[in-house]
Formats: sequence, C-alpha cells, structure tokens
Amino acid sequence: MTTHTRAVPDAGGHYGEFGGKFVPETVMPALGELERAYAEVRDDDAFHAELDHLLETYVGRPTPLTRAHRLEASLGTRARIYLKREDLAHTGAHKINAAIAQGLLARRMGKQRIVAETGAGQHGVATATVCALLGLNAVVYMGAEDIQRQSLNVFRMKLLGVEVRAVESGSRTLKDATSEAIRDWVTNVRDTYYLIGSAVGPHPYPAMVRDFQSVIGRETLEQLRAIEGRAPSIAIACVGGGSNAIGLFFPMLDEPVRLIGVEAAGEGLSGKHAAPLNAGRPGVLHGARSYLLQDQYGQVLEAHSISAGLDYPGVGPEHSWLKVTERAEYGAVTDAEALEALQHLSRTEGIIPALESAHAVAHLLKVAPSFSPDDLVVVNVSGRGDKDMGTVAQALGVTL
Amino acid sequence: MTDRIEAMFARTRAEGRPAVLLFTPCGYPERDAAYEVIRAAVEGGADAIEIGVPFSDPLGDGPVIQRANDIARAGGFVPPDLWDLVRRLRADGVTVPLILMGYCNPLFAYGVDAFVRDAAEAGADGFIVVDLPPEEAGELEAAVRRAGLRLVYLLAPTSTDERIQLVAEHGSGFVYCVSVTGVTGARTSMSELLPGFISRVRARTDMPLAIGFGISTHEHVREVGGLADAAVIGSALVATIADAPREERSARVRAFVEEITGRATA
Repeated sequence: MTTHTRAVPDAGGHYGEFGGKFVPETVMPALGELERAYAEVRDDDAFHAELDHLLETYVGRPTPLTRAHRLEASLGTRARIYLKREDLAHTGAHKINAAIAQGLLARRMGKQRIVAETGAGQHGVATATVCALLGLNAVVYMGAEDIQRQSLNVFRMKLLGVEVRAVESGSRTLKDATSEAIRDWVTNVRDTYYLIGSAVGPHPYPAMVRDFQSVIGRETLEQLRAIEGRAPSIAIACVGGGSNAIGLFFPMLDEPVRLIGVEAAGEGLSGKHAAPLNAGRPGVLHGARSYLLQDQYGQVLEAHSISAGLDYPGVGPEHSWLKVTERAEYGAVTDAEALEALQHLSRTEGIIPALESAHAVAHLLKVAPSFSPDDLVVVNVSGRGDKDMGTVAQALGVTL
Repeated sequence: MTDRIEAMFARTRAEGRPAVLLFTPCGYPERDAAYEVIRAAVEGGADAIEIGVPFSDPLGDGPVIQRANDIARAGGFVPPDLWDLVRRLRADGVTVPLILMGYCNPLFAYGVDAFVRDAAEAGADGFIVVDLPPEEAGELEAAVRRAGLRLVYLLAPTSTDERIQLVAEHGSGFVYCVSVTGVTGARTSMSELLPGFISRVRARTDMPLAIGFGISTHEHVREVGGLADAAVIGSALVATIADAPREERSARVRAFVEEITGRATA
C-alpha cells in the first residue's frame, strides 16, 4: 500500500479540489483569527496538558477497546473483531472529544458565547456539557424535526443550561440547523465562537476537528499494539459529517490498514438517503467543497436517514479527498440494515450502539464473510443507543 | 459595449446623489414575475437591479429573502430563467445595470464559464457571489474578465485592512459594503461603526462604494449618500412584493421605489 500524502490541507484549507473557505465575507476575518489561534495551541504544551487532563479525568479516556467474541462467533469468522468504545465516553459519544477541545480554544480566544448546531443532539449535549464545565454561554440550533425525534437529548441540553432554538426552515433537520448556526455566527461574530460538531465547514474546522478526534485512532493503535502486537488490518466507522471516522482513520493513513467509511443509505441509494460519497457529486455547502446531494442545478437536496446524526446531505472534505485518492472506501447501509445490526450487537455483546454507529456494525456484518483468519478488525462504536430507543421502538412496531 | 455600471456612477455622481440599487430574486413570487417587478422598479427610479439567483441554503440571508428563495425554487426556478429575464428586459429597452447576485454552488453546477458566457450574451453586467471570497474566486474572476463583465466583492465591518486590500485588487465595478455584521434584512437604524468602516475602504480603493443590508427607508438612503456612492435595498422590496396582491404589485413596487429614492417628494 502506498504512503498517503499528509500534504493536506494546503494553506488555504484545500484537500485537492475539496475543502476551502466558501463563506460570507463577514466571517472570513473570524476564520483567520481561528486559524492563528489554532496554530498557536497546536504547539502549546500547556493547552495540551489541560486538554489531556480533562480527557482523562472528565471524559474518561482512554475509552476501552473491547474484543467481540460472541459477535465473531455469530458471524462464523476467525478474524478478530474489536470495538472501540466511544459509547463509554462522557455524554455517550465521541462528540465530546472535539467539543471539549474547542471549548478550551474558545475560552482562550476570549469568546464567552458559543453557538452550535446539532442533529441527533449528541453534539448539542456535548457542547452544553462543555459550556457548563467551562462556564460559557451557549445557544444550540436544532431542526424542529430532530427536536421531535430526539426529545430526550433536548431535555438533557436544557438541564445543562443551554438555550435550544428550533429551526423551522427547509427540511427542519441538521442541514438547516447548521445554516442557522452559521447565520447567528455571522451576526455575532465578534464575541461568539462557532463550535462545529463534525469535520465539516470552512477551513480550519475540518482539520481542527480531525486533529481533536484523532485521539480515537491514536488510542486504538496503541491499545491494539499492546494486545495484538500490530495495527488493525481493517477499520470501519460510520460517516455523516465524518468526524468519528476521520478521527479513527487519520492516525492510520500511513499504516497498511483498509479504511472503510459507512454512509446512511436510508431507504436505499435509488430512493431517499444520506450518502453523498456513494451517490452525490462535488459541490459547496456550509463553507466547503465536498461530495454533496444536489440536483442538476446545484440546489441542495434533503437527506434521509433513520439516524438523525447521519441525516445530512454533505460530508467532510477530507473524506472526499480520501475517496478520490482511493485511500479509503465508502460503503452504505440502509435504515433496515442498521436496525438489524443494532439488535445483533445488543444481543451478542450487550452493547446497544447509537443508530449512527449501528451503520458501521451493519457494514461489518455484510463484509465479514470476506475476512481472512488473520484479519484484525476495528469497528468504532461512536456512541451509545439510549437516545435512539424511541426511534428504534417505533421502527420495530413497539409502543413504549 | 459601454460599461453600464461605470456610466451609472458617472451620472449619479454628477447629479450629486447616491445610486439606488434594488434587489429582487428571479422567479419570485411566481416564475415569470421578476420581469414586471423590475420594470416597475426602474420606472420608480431604480438606478440598477440586482437579480437574485435562488439557492436552497442562502447563508448570508435573513428570513425574508430565505423565504423568497424557497418560493422561487418551489415555483420552478431554473438558471436558464435568468437568461430569458435579462434578454427580455434588454429587448424591451431596460438600460440600467443588471447584476446577478447569489451563491456559488448553482454557478459551479452550471459550469462557471458557461454561466458567465450565458449571462454576458443575455445582457447582464456583473456578478455578486455572497459565499465566494477572492481566495476561492480565481476561475470566476478569469471568466468574468474575459467576458468584459464585473465581479463585485463584499466587505464587512469586520474586514481587516489586508482583506480590504485584497478586494481592492481583485474586484471590479464597485465594492459592496455590508452595513452591519449580520444577515440581510431591514433594520431600524444604521450602525454607528459604518463611517469608520467606509473610510477604511475609501482609503484603499477608487472604486465606487455601495452600502447594503438593512436599508429600508429614504432616510437611510440619504444617510448612505453622505458616506458612499450607492445604497442597496433588498429585503424591504421583497417584503413589499410579498404583501402586495398580484394586480397591485407593479404599482406598489413603483411607489415603494419612488418613496425610497426620494422621487415621491422631489
């Protein structure tokens, strides 16, 4: 396998033809300010010491790496399968990793007010948690449709002391919540930090979130080397915006690891879905050029997934780059396959994954027959499923 | 072809008043409605028209223009409608500058070269692309230059002197100065920071300066006239269109523009 170039992004935030800064002028200076602040903390030992301390004593890192014996047996494979347990991080998903780091950065930049968008509510909860911890004020934008689907997370955010604003425009989901968070940022840019939830948006966000989430991949490599004496041969993660996947993949880019991202095929790739890498084409949304669901005239299409966290028509620009350079491959699984996988993992391992993470598990179930006995497979369980119980019960025809 | 934008500023400067630019989206509120709206605005005294190119995710716009975008797209707007609109206006003797304003993804999807070529052939004068700063606009800038049209960039009160310099070097036609940090939409008063911002831009370019975002009254236009060369009115016109019954729309638009340009009282 060839060594992947690390020469991305370039100084303008481009990953080949992807990425960049496609935003209104009002926030261009703020992106410059953020770039300079991030460049400073990258090499600042004190910042990393504080971040690492919080990741250990507050988030609960390192998260475990769990061998999935009964899952292996159920698949009849002799390959060894490990689960990276981001579901055990504080607040129940990987989102806290980048939220806590950005919270520290915002405080350092003197920004007391935080805005964020959320889909499933996991990033909103992570943001609310960090703001409570660091004493920052936050407004979280959430699509009205998602507020209905994820009422538990809405209540959690309110308990944590943030204002949740319902977004009624467009598809009333993550795309529109993101647009509204950006409009708020455009309006209040002087005193406000936009705490983005995935490896998306204008430069430097995709690179910054990737770096903050790379703790997932670094720990996985370290843990596997301690247990197995080697890196995995296959790594699988779900991709909405793609932050848990890029966090797992990035430290493995120069290792001989087969990297597999899994998008949401929704009702199927010929119907309503959320799989731009599989069935979209390059375009610009929310500040970056990347694969995108759009019509022939460049109007952005509404995405669909049973998982609110994957229900987004775009994807982080580095995933587009990894796709076209063929360093990673991207599959897609349907709502029904994800639901089946959620139940399968629950029954074989006693782990109820988030619907998002269930997409990665579903893809594992699909490709397991192709594993060889010496394959070492890591699946990122990016979050826990508690928040999805209402949706899952409804989909299975159960009244709670 | 004479440069319509340059000629407009020469005239309004000679008349000692700011040019008044009106924004209205193509395809709003019905697919073929913009023609009559623009004719009425020009009759009411508009010096130039910014024709909005509807987009699904207009990040720089407030609720009024967002909604107009949604209505235009639901009504069947497609980019070739722009060329029909501009061609028809030119054929019927409309000589004011017509500037296309929108977001970059529809341009990219259409093809930058093809978009500029078709706009030029139809008789448009320039482009404003809200989410395309000079750093990302190389391809469009080259195509616009080849076509002999103008590429207008935006600046905001938050823009640093370096960014003002960048726009001074790359822009053409005029500079669109956003009056506030925020999205489009009518506001009751102009920002106190505006004069300082405008003088920073003045110090770095000879291009005419237009001020937009939040301008909704003749009083605002007069204030702008003390600082800059043009005022842009968008949301206030779009709201006027939204409130008007169809049979009264042209008359209301004409009256609104007469009022805001000061013709009504002149």
